[in-house]
Amino acid sequence: MTARFESRAGAELNASRHSFDVLILGAGPAGLAAACCAAESGQKVGVVDDNPDWGGQIWRRDRAKPSGKKASRWMERIRSIAFEFLPSTQIISQLHPGSLLAEQEGHPRELNYQQLIVATGARERFLPFPGWTLPNVMGAGGLQALVKGGLPIEGKRVAIAGTGPLLLAVAGYLHKQGADIRLIAEQTSKKLLWRFGMSLWKHPGKAIEATGLRLQLRQVPYRAGVWPIGAEGDKQLTSVTFTNGKTTWSMPCDYLACGFGLVPNTELPALLGCARTAKGVHVDEMQRSSVPAVYCAGETTGIGGLDLALIEGQIAGFAATGRDRKARALFPARKRAEAFARRLEEAFVLRDELRQLPVPETLVCRCEDVPFAKLKPYSSWTEAKLQTRCGMGTCQGRICGPATEFLFGWQLQSVRPPLFPTNLVNLAGVSPEPVDA
Amino acid sequence: MPSSIAVTINGRPTEVSEGCTVAAAVMLTSGSCFRLSVTGQPRGPLCGMGVCFECRVTIDGQPQQRSCQTLCREGMCIVTACDTGN
Repeated sequence: MTARFESRAGAELNASRHSFDVLILGAGPAGLAAACCAAESGQKVGVVDDNPDWGGQIWRRDRAKPSGKKASRWMERIRSIAFEFLPSTQIISQLHPGSLLAEQEGHPRELNYQQLIVATGARERFLPFPGWTLPNVMGAGGLQALVKGGLPIEGKRVAIAGTGPLLLAVAGYLHKQGADIRLIAEQTSKKLLWRFGMSLWKHPGKAIEATGLRLQLRQVPYRAGVWPIGAEGDKQLTSVTFTNGKTTWSMPCDYLACGFGLVPNTELPALLGCARTAKGVHVDEMQRSSVPAVYCAGETTGIGGLDLALIEGQIAGFAATGRDRKARALFPARKRAEAFARRLEEAFVLRDELRQLPVPETLVCRCEDVPFAKLKPYSSWTEAKLQTRCGMGTCQGRICGPATEFLFGWQLQSVRPPLFPTNLVNLAGVSPEPVDA
Repeated sequence: MPSSIAVTINGRPTEVSEGCTVAAAVMLTSGSCFRLSVTGQPRGPLCGMGVCFECRVTIDGQPQQRSCQTLCREGMCIVTACDTGN
């Protein structure tokens, strides 16, 4: 079935065609760093992103107003290089090695490449708890993205919960925008957090960043060993219940921004056949995946943060344009950034109690509204999918997959096209309207 | 000051600033419920980055559009499945 539509699409594609020496998927820091290095070689570079503009989640607003010296330098560098940017473009499937089918604002696009760099980044991990599907319960990065997209947050009561350094970064941003941040609830223990803080002397830049954020947020309570156990409200959120394992308390709020770490977006590389490990796409020292001519960089290869993403992106950009010596020069910097990533991973490990959050009625799959009780009898992701439709809705398991991985230890299996919902005409490669070549 | 864009949300004309996403515009005008789930529960944006599909609305007659990934454009007509007002 799958093979048939792919060959049909390949044969009769009426999509506009774009060909690149180096095609980069993802216009976040890793993808843009790769683009900078690849474009220096004079080769034809294309960058695709499903967002309406480049920057990714981190640099979404830095285009207009860089948040610091480092971001500002990168913005200048990005603006100075020649690459073709395809915004609002989503990869739907692979036509054949070296060619992808994409959709841009409803129209099919055929993207051909000699070398491919996948830098599709990460998404937040969401864990189900009673009330988590209520409007105004969002991801930590989710609320930040909405505010960056124009949602006024001034004077709104916000609770921030979950785990990881993203919580502090989001709190810092929302605080600047005038939000009334009631609590930052970090689920990891005080002990682990303390140990992490102490290890920062090896990464002075990070220590300064963290201290700066804490100073800025000195009036906001930041509590370790605290996590949300319920969100209450009728049509939307009105309050959140927290616990520290001993006592529970409720807090009225307008928004709950809650994310339990990040999960790499590996669906696309998996579709291309790239081998994955538990951390992300497997790459060699040159950021090469197991598939010829396909490189991966940034969070896609494992969660490591901005600095590691920028270094991996540059290595991939150099390597994909045959400049291994320049790539190698960045290996020591990558090693340092990897050490920091490991510290993060150890510090913000998810506590067991979070597995006890869902009650039988708590929905785990939000697309198909599958409650926890319905999933419990099954022993694998595939079995649960077949019997309950969990993971078979519009998001294709991108939200409930990582949740069930944590709750039940289920491993997600194969990835099938289309990667994102698209019109049937696009799958057949025929546009409903004439398209410009 | 960014220039303003006129859009219609659930029949109500609204002005938003340039660069505003449809998701932000909807929250400003019609509240936090964007769609009803398969069992009829109210839902609003979750991930803010095009992954979860919770923020789907109808834009210029096209259903199932992710409002967080779409920028407001002059004259855009946006319809949500539920309107809780603001």
